Amino acid sequence: MGIVLEQSDIERSLKRISHEIIERNHGIEGVILLGIPTRGVTLARRIGAILEEIDSIIPVGTLDITLHRDDLRLKAPKPLVGTHIPSGGISGKNVVLVDDVLYSGRTIRAALDAISELGRPATVQLAVLVDRGHRELPIRPDYVGKNIPTNSHELVKVQLQEVDGIDQVEILSS
Amino acid sequence: MMDTVASPRHLLSTKDLSLSQILEILDTARELGRITAGPMKKLPTLRGQTVVNLFFEDSTRTRLSFESAAKRLSADVINFSAKGSSVSKGEGLKDTAQTLEAMGADLIVIRHSAAGAAQLLAESGWVRSSIVNAGDGTHEHPTQALLDAYTIRTHFPECENSFSGLHIGIVGDILHSRVARSNVLLLTTLGAKVTLIAPPTLMPVGVESWPVHISYDLDDALTSLDAIMMLRIQSERMSELFFPSEREYARDYGLGNVRLNLLKDKAIIMHPGPMNRGMEISAASADNKKSAILDQVTNGILIRMSVLYLLLGGNPVPVEGVLV
Repeated sequence: MGIVLEQSDIERSLKRISHEIIERNHGIEGVILLGIPTRGVTLARRIGAILEEIDSIIPVGTLDITLHRDDLRLKAPKPLVGTHIPSGGISGKNVVLVDDVLYSGRTIRAALDAISELGRPATVQLAVLVDRGHRELPIRPDYVGKNIPTNSHELVKVQLQEVDGIDQVEILSS
Repeated sequence: MMDTVASPRHLLSTKDLSLSQILEILDTARELGRITAGPMKKLPTLRGQTVVNLFFEDSTRTRLSFESAAKRLSADVINFSAKGSSVSKGEGLKDTAQTLEAMGADLIVIRHSAAGAAQLLAESGWVRSSIVNAGDGTHEHPTQALLDAYTIRTHFPECENSFSGLHIGIVGDILHSRVARSNVLLLTTLGAKVTLIAPPTLMPVGVESWPVHISYDLDDALTSLDAIMMLRIQSERMSELFFPSEREYARDYGLGNVRLNLLKDKAIIMHPGPMNRGMEISAASADNKKSAILDQVTNGILIRMSVLYLLLGGNPVPVEGVLV
């Protein structure tokens, strides 16, 4: 299928998501962004920068969910990259989780577990660049860059400038 | 960054560890320390996994350390101590291990007085669990060496990825010390200069072929050391006389108050415990601000959490009859 999102598409999606976050939360007072490593963190920082431009500065943190996964014995252990919660914590806040691709929903389930140990947010919302379907859990995103219907044997490859040197999303068939 | 270092199933010896594996264990321990120092005291990572502490030799501190590590990762822990068990009725290692696995063990931490016991258990095909060597006779004690390296690294942050330039002295009963053996292998892989310091009677046979410097004079090496590891005299493993008297040993090889003042400003004092105060280490040295001995205890839990996580992660439970 090849490239489904180019740099300008990604940029537009993130801008729209940023506006939707403001709209949904009536401003960004009390909103914090938590990126899920690796590329979710990059996306969270970009959304944070856009929000700062159109509204005001917003706390951005990272949430490493590796230790909360339920498939420990199935996949090789990943290096821990660290959880950094903005000072002020997450209790009472509107937490927006940011990830690159939403697929089975298991990563988000693990993230929700991790969040519940860190505090009690007012709301938890989910922003993803790509929703590729095939959910295995009752989890849905609040903000979506693009819905891309896929087959489960296909691979959605998200590349971002800061990590990969290029901005694009492509679909590879394995 | 590599996503996966091929995940090993057992930790038997520090000689099996590559530099990148060592750094992975140390980095993971540091991150686990950072996380558990915050609001997440207990992690769900090993929920449903069972860790068995199989101790044929007494060691309260090592067992407690593994037990806390496993519990902080939400594993279930079964403690087995040979005293008062069927082992004293003549049950062999094989039957004991198989019995424990039948009770659901996923990982067995074994301490045994015979060198090679952990390896035997890992390679015999008797059990499918992951095996961690927690000390086998006078052979090896890898998690102790890892926690020592971790402790050194926290005190010398400039040596993050290589210990080259660091001079580490290991002093005392090298002959009976699995801690020394594991440390020599690990610290030299990390690039440190290691000097073993002991009376000739307490040096192992063949030590000339180890990748270390050897000294019979503590005062000679003392002033150039960045870390000094004092070893306990293991009288329980001594059937003959290795030195004239305890007083003479303390005078020649103990870290007393005079020697304490000769150490470098930034040097750290280490001891794997339990200490014989007044013998290999004076009370003033053990309690000095240079002493990292209690850090070693705290770091031990983090290292063991890291090892449990890395060994159980990515290793599907082997199917009956299919041994990896």
